Amino acid sequence: MTAAPKHAPKMAELSLAQRLGPWMPVLLVPALVVLGALAIPETSSWLTLTVSGLAMGMMIFIMASGLTLVFGLMDVINFGHGAFVSVGAFVGVTVLLMLGQMTGAPSLGLNLVALMLAVLGAMAATGAMGWAFEKVIVMPVYGHHLKQILVTMGGLIVVEQLIIVLWGPEEIYIARPESLKGAITFAGAALEKYRLVAVVVGLVVFAAMRFVLRRTRIGLIVRAGVQNGEMVQALGYRLRRVFVGVFIAGSALAGLGGVMWGLYQEVITAHMGNQAMILIFIVVIIGGLGSVEGCFIGALLVGLLQNYVAFLEPKAALISNIALMVAILMWRPMGMIPVVKAK
Amino acid sequence: MSDPILRLEGVCTNIAQYHILQGVELEVPRGQVTMLLGRNGVGKTTTLRTVIGHWRAHKGRVMFDGEDITAKPTPAIARSGVGFVPEDMGIFSDLTVEENMVLAAASGPIDSARLDWVFSAFPPLKTFWSSEAGNLSGGQKQMLSIARAMIEERKLYLIDEPTKGLAPAIVSTMARALKELKAQGASILLVEQNFAVARALGDTANVMDDGRVIWSGAMAKLAGDAELQERLMGLSLEAH
Repeated sequence: MTAAPKHAPKMAELSLAQRLGPWMPVLLVPALVVLGALAIPETSSWLTLTVSGLAMGMMIFIMASGLTLVFGLMDVINFGHGAFVSVGAFVGVTVLLMLGQMTGAPSLGLNLVALMLAVLGAMAATGAMGWAFEKVIVMPVYGHHLKQILVTMGGLIVVEQLIIVLWGPEEIYIARPESLKGAITFAGAALEKYRLVAVVVGLVVFAAMRFVLRRTRIGLIVRAGVQNGEMVQALGYRLRRVFVGVFIAGSALAGLGGVMWGLYQEVITAHMGNQAMILIFIVVIIGGLGSVEGCFIGALLVGLLQNYVAFLEPKAALISNIALMVAILMWRPMGMIPVVKAK
Repeated sequence: MSDPILRLEGVCTNIAQYHILQGVELEVPRGQVTMLLGRNGVGKTTTLRTVIGHWRAHKGRVMFDGEDITAKPTPAIARSGVGFVPEDMGIFSDLTVEENMVLAAASGPIDSARLDWVFSAFPPLKTFWSSEAGNLSGGQKQMLSIARAMIEERKLYLIDEPTKGLAPAIVSTMARALKELKAQGASILLVEQNFAVARALGDTANVMDDGRVIWSGAMAKLAGDAELQERLMGLSLEAH
């Protein structure tokens, strides 16, 4: 065997700014929280708004995480993603209404079981719907962005109308499970129980996604596929199956987000997914297409900023997220944590 | 002589409205390095991409190990024993060197003896094992690209311009690694513009022009005939 060639590579010394560079987007979240603390005089108000912002961010993340992977991996612009949010909310709420005795009981265990069943029902329904949506609507238009926008938008409208046919055109007001109503007081701040649950669920989903993407072979294939699908196939992996799996998982997560979002707002409509799509797209774009970590940070920024600004200057809340998107894209045009595409 | 590991029979490939391959006839004997030579734009890369299934031949047949793979999807072709090193290297920049290699070992965990052999051919990969591949130099990325193909034993290696744009020292490293691969009895179809490397590695040569193979024969014969080189490629190997 040939002797190893003479070659002694070493890593270059990086400056502090270079070392901090990749972490800058992560630091934005605590920086925004600190700015919020400086701008909001009462600590209790700041704490309430921070928890509310984090909860909102977590729910947006859950809804958006599937879309960013579908964007990155399949290069599909799926405007129909909001349909999964709406369907998830309606199926989940239907299950909760069927389990009225469990949700109405003053038992945290029973309430959580009911919520879990609602979430599972919603995820199963939206996962199956995602599979059909990909086969019927998305597959024929792979590689054609304009057609994707048109047909997925059409799919969204069809699903919205089907929801109206099945559940009626009226808004449905819902009550949260008994144990998740009300708030707990901490450091003089009222923290809604449901928002705390939403934060925990968001963290669990993020941790699970990171584990799958970073620690499993399927995650490795997905991350590689986002960068260079052609090469992944040349290594022997059937990326088409992975595509479908990611689409189903993304749809199911949107369904989970729909249930969470519906219970957060305590009212659901057929158009709720469509309305959420604006925030979802902002998060996906500022995070970096295909980046789950970027999506997570973007969602937290959007949630926190919206809550702080709505408190400090309510009229400005309408434009705060667009302003955030503009600022971030001026700083990092490919999003905060861009995925390097081999194209 | 045994059956060739790869045979292209009148392969035609179109890309959009362009007729790139116009009836390629090519054989890659088992256990040999077959060079695919020719000027830029004559269809060498398209030939490799057609074999691996990235482009579809609309006419002709691609026979691999006695089986018609013309219509097979890329993953099936790869799993049947074809390793591919594309011209752009196809590195997953956001993944570490280790993750790139783990992904390349599609049939299971990396064989440690094989990995040691790869490290002996490309020591920088051991040094930067946990680094993101996007942070490697151009030469190191090319090493990683070839190492990914080498990490599992393949029946055929398709390698597209492995020395392109590399410093002479790195070119030597590449050539040594490919020689080792050859010494193990691997069958290689190699596109190479560096004629010194081509001459050192090649057993047989195929010269392409205008989407066809216009000459096939022993590499030694082509290397030793300046007039033939001039006629086929408009240049002389001696100039390199």
